Amino acid sequence: MLFLGIDIGSAVSKCVITDETEAIRGKGLSPGGAGTGGPQAAVAMALADAGAAAGDIAATVATGYGRNLAAAADSTMSELSCHAAGAVKLYPGVRTVIDIGGQDAKVLSITPAGKLDSFIMNDKCAAGTGRFLEEMSRVLAVPIDEMADVAGRAAHELQISSTCVVFAETEVISRMAEGAAVGDVLAGIFAAIAARVGALAKRKGVVPEVVMTGGVAKNEGMRRALERELGTPIHVDPLAQYAGALGAALFASQSGL
Amino acid sequence: MSEKIPAKQRLRDVVDSVYRAAWEAKERGEPVGWSSSKFPAEIPETLGLAVTYPENQAAGIAAKHGGQRLCEYAEGLGYSNDICGYARISLAYAAGAEADERPMPQPDFVLCCNNICNCMIKWYEAIARMHNIPLIMIDVPYNNTVDVPEARVAYVRAQFEDAIAQLEELTGRTWSNERFKEVCANANRSASAWLKACGYCSVKPSPLNGFDLFNHMADIVTARCKPETAEAFEQLAAEYEEGVAKGESTWHYDENYRIMFEGIPCWPELQALFKPLKDSGANTVAVVYAPAFGFQYTDVDDMARAYCRAPNSVCIEAGTAWRADLCKENQVDGILVHYNRSCKPWSGYMLEMERRWHDQLGVPVVGFDGDQADPRNFSEAQYQTRVQGLAELMAANKAAGGQGK
Ligand code: SF4
Repeated sequence: MLFLGIDIGSAVSKCVITDETEAIRGKGLSPGGAGTGGPQAAVAMALADAGAAAGDIAATVATGYGRNLAAAADSTMSELSCHAAGAVKLYPGVRTVIDIGGQDAKVLSITPAGKLDSFIMNDKCAAGTGRFLEEMSRVLAVPIDEMADVAGRAAHELQISSTCVVFAETEVISRMAEGAAVGDVLAGIFAAIAARVGALAKRKGVVPEVVMTGGVAKNEGMRRALERELGTPIHVDPLAQYAGALGAALFASQSGL
Repeated sequence: MSEKIPAKQRLRDVVDSVYRAAWEAKERGEPVGWSSSKFPAEIPETLGLAVTYPENQAAGIAAKHGGQRLCEYAEGLGYSNDICGYARISLAYAAGAEADERPMPQPDFVLCCNNICNCMIKWYEAIARMHNIPLIMIDVPYNNTVDVPEARVAYVRAQFEDAIAQLEELTGRTWSNERFKEVCANANRSASAWLKACGYCSVKPSPLNGFDLFNHMADIVTARCKPETAEAFEQLAAEYEEGVAKGESTWHYDENYRIMFEGIPCWPELQALFKPLKDSGANTVAVVYAPAFGFQYTDVDDMARAYCRAPNSVCIEAGTAWRADLCKENQVDGILVHYNRSCKPWSGYMLEMERRWHDQLGVPVVGFDGDQADPRNFSEAQYQTRVQGLAELMAANKAAGGQGK
């Protein structure tokens, strides 16, 4: 029996298919979030990856901002519960999950028994989220996946004091106009996001082991900056971006359908 | 035989009559006042003065979706959008913006008491200056101790006397101790009936939804010294009692969970606030904002003491205990905190209170960003995610056999 978890984010849709032993059988990821063809494409990829057909899926749970738009889902769960469940599966022993998605950042406290205890999310502002990085990537003309390498070559970290996306853009442009090196600016951007997300994490209390999930977790520069900010190692699983979808698939298998 | 008028309707009529009386007074050429919600209403009532309440007006305008229009009007006058939404709405109206949602006559004097917050002082000063009218101020210092020290009681009481003298001079009316006693008796009767009605939230399942109390607050704010208010609240309490007996509730959904809603509701977004609560069967059975208006006292010193105890003027220990007791009495499973962009004094100490509740009560506490009057500060999708997360935490707690400590 197979179970499908769909995580429809603001920019990317992710899917995971698990079986009754909770093993991952397939996964799919497609650009395009709620209201686009992204979710269907991700489902098709996951099914192909699992060598399964739609009819093989016994239950589906949707999560993410677009969860209520997933017509095929039997039920929805918030991304808070799903990221917690996914992170615990990927990294048993995790006590703090930091998830940075396209438009929000959240910190989850996990009990020693692997259950979600409490959570905190960013306020309405997009600072400290994936959207902030995307904007900076555009302004500096450095593709997201190259950002960490460029920042890694920084001679020193420039201070970016604005956390507002719009203000930070102005600040970055003026730094560049002053002749700052792109790497130094990027290192400053990572530090600025880390400071903001770090403050959220400290408010909640950072208990190791700390795991990062969500799309931004793939960004090595971001992980290093957060480690420095929190003074603790942060684990990132290769499937970090799928944590929410994995959690949703696990909830689907527990729903007893 | 005529049908009995439901308490809800009677309460609405009482508030309408307050505004009507203000218009009639204006037509007769009598002075009309604007008062902050926790100014001792006993004083203008004893003098027979018509008074209306800008905070209540602002809430009414916001609930009817006029909040953004008036906030933007005030911003156009140069008021920062960081200022409380009630203040912006009120300043816009005072400056001449139309508000068919809840019109009221322009003021001839303003009554301000900063027991609710200090933003109030500048707001009322601005109105007084705009209209060139007197501002009668009662200063209630922030209570950094749990008990109200005697020196503070004397300080506040002396200001009551000063306010009375100023109003007598301004309006030519004469103070009557006899009438004051009657008014205080009415106010205490209203408060007692109001607290009794609020107390029915502790019944499980609750015969009411706490959001009802937010709606009925208009009466305790604008008309607490009137006998008809006391009667309507007594009827409301009786109706809740009847609900308990019949197993009926004004919450027409499952009561899977019982929550405390902390803060002022987002008036422009009541539907959106309500929806995920309804969907998950989370009934609001504790709100500190409503019973906070139930001022009860035995004499004038005690009245001064009562007016020193407003949600934003008590220390964090008193504020935390106030809500924690309510959560215990009303057996809540979780707490939903509104980080209200308008109300800085209220939201400011929530971070620490959240932490204390989580430790003391062992129930999940979840916050969301919003605004009581300015819809630009609320995101429905973000709110839904947080409420769903709260419901999932409460479900997991229940499955594990707990309801907190
Ligand atoms: S909402 Fe808060 S800031 Fe605004 S008047 Fe009331 S107490 Fe003051």
